[in-house]
Amino acid sequence: MIYLQVLANGLVLGGLYAAIAVGFSLVWGVLNVINLLHGSFIVLGSYVAFFAYAYFGIHPFLSAGIAGAALFALGYVVQAGLVNRVIAAPVLITLILTFGLDLILNNAMLLAFSADYRKVNLAHPLGSLELGPIFLPGDRVAAMVLAFLLTALLYRVLRDSRIGRAIIAVRMDREAAALMGVDVKRINAITFGLGAFMAGAAGALLSIIYPISPLNSSLFLGKAFVVCVLGGLGSVPGAMVGGVALGLIESFGAYWLGPEHAITLSFSILLVLLFVRPSGILGKRGYE
Amino acid sequence: MRDWLLLLLLALACSLLPLAGDNYVLRLGTIVAMYAVLAQSWNFIGGLAGYPSFATAAFFGLGAYTSAVLLSYGAPTGLAWTAAGGMACLFAALIGGAILHLKGHYFAIASLAVGEVLREVVNTTPDLTGGGMGMNLPVPKLSVAAAAQTFYFSMLALAALTTAAAIIVQRSRLGFGLRCIQQNEDAANILGVNAYGYKTAAFCLSAVFAGMAGAIYASWVHYIEPPDVFDILLAVKPLVMVLLGGIGTVFGPIIGAFLLIAFEELVWRSFLTIHAAMLGGIIVVLVLFMPNGLLALVRSGLARLRPAGPKP
Repeated sequence: MIYLQVLANGLVLGGLYAAIAVGFSLVWGVLNVINLLHGSFIVLGSYVAFFAYAYFGIHPFLSAGIAGAALFALGYVVQAGLVNRVIAAPVLITLILTFGLDLILNNAMLLAFSADYRKVNLAHPLGSLELGPIFLPGDRVAAMVLAFLLTALLYRVLRDSRIGRAIIAVRMDREAAALMGVDVKRINAITFGLGAFMAGAAGALLSIIYPISPLNSSLFLGKAFVVCVLGGLGSVPGAMVGGVALGLIESFGAYWLGPEHAITLSFSILLVLLFVRPSGILGKRGYE
Repeated sequence: MRDWLLLLLLALACSLLPLAGDNYVLRLGTIVAMYAVLAQSWNFIGGLAGYPSFATAAFFGLGAYTSAVLLSYGAPTGLAWTAAGGMACLFAALIGGAILHLKGHYFAIASLAVGEVLREVVNTTPDLTGGGMGMNLPVPKLSVAAAAQTFYFSMLALAALTTAAAIIVQRSRLGFGLRCIQQNEDAANILGVNAYGYKTAAFCLSAVFAGMAGAIYASWVHYIEPPDVFDILLAVKPLVMVLLGGIGTVFGPIIGAFLLIAFEELVWRSFLTIHAAMLGGIIVVLVLFMPNGLLALVRSGLARLRPAGPKP
């Protein structure tokens, strides 16, 4: 029976991991940029939700949209103003650029919000669900469902909207897309903005579960890495599969090996996967 | 020949430092030498072969812990330091076999994950390494001034050794092959460059000196803990230094190390709370405005100042 509980915990965790990683995966897959700012974007989204709740009483489930919109604007500006200038440079250059930007953003957050851990304490928590032997905290499940809906929304945007089709076209072939009249630089900026939107929204949802601090950004970034490598790059279903897989691995790993080994476990899996199947569970082979 | 002469002059000039400065200056000198070693180390794999490695921190930490554990069992210092280099080299050969077939971002992440796994391994083996509590090392029975000089000269010798290795590699078949790999690995393979062997050699070179630097550092500060010696900044700062000084060159890493540490001392210590943001700012400016390093910028600036041709 305990296995059902561990399974349920893993699935809830996995849904949140998918939301953390999907924006990161989008930027990596489409722009071939590893956005090391992603973890700090998530934390910034959490702070937006925290202050929206503390000062205006807006529930984090609603402020996820606000946080997403704010982060979209920030992401758009960062890509249009800075990253676009070196988008064609070797991998090392874009990697180190986003690292530098992350140092600045994270430092700014430390100064503005301090390193103290904060938490959104909901006035009316949803209580808990009991499905037979399985026990689930209601707020976590609601956050997971919302994260899932947001991810599904992103999937529809990419599939059905004009912008979405342009993003996919850029992902497939940058030059051909440019020849077909796609404004690649603008699409780059929108893609980066969408990645930041997902980070901000995920951060707002996470604010009711995890303590909020700038120190957490590398933790989220690490999860996003592992999820992307697990599931494969640049596709929304890949991030979903990777997120759920990591959630289950960590949940069962913590049960069998003890929670102190959870990080070692996920990074070891990352290394093994990079060795045997660098394209991920759903990824296509031959994609660099 | 010019490179060897320059190295000799530089080493001689640096060994005069204890005459000129107090222990504070020596401490700074030791840090510059340490980062020069790390920057040179990264240059083998990152500058010559073009593989964006973030494993420098892993090698540094591994060396520090190898040496610390050996010293705690009573091994002589020289043996412990050498063994640390050997251990890092062996580790690089093993892990390189697993991750050097990856390219671009995938290699970068895998090399980053290596350090994280090592850090967690240390954290979860408290019997051997003290775990998260860290490890105390035996304090050498030397006066403060003598200890400062000893560690300064040790680090300086290691930096000179690393630079000598860089000069030899740059002129050898290995250096040539690595540059070919950087430009086009497939073509290099077709032309008969053993890309896999060459990359592994470069990865091992980037490990052995970094491991020894970690060992000397551990003896120098007497106390190590995982967040200190596996710090991600130990992987990033050397890389920034190489970019600053000039990627793929022999003396660029040394110049970069000197400039970054000097900047750190002169400017950052007045702005402690925005330390990280200042480093971030340097990185952003560096990447956007002088991708070939400061030296190239100075050189092109001089060229612009000079008259373009003979005037009538």
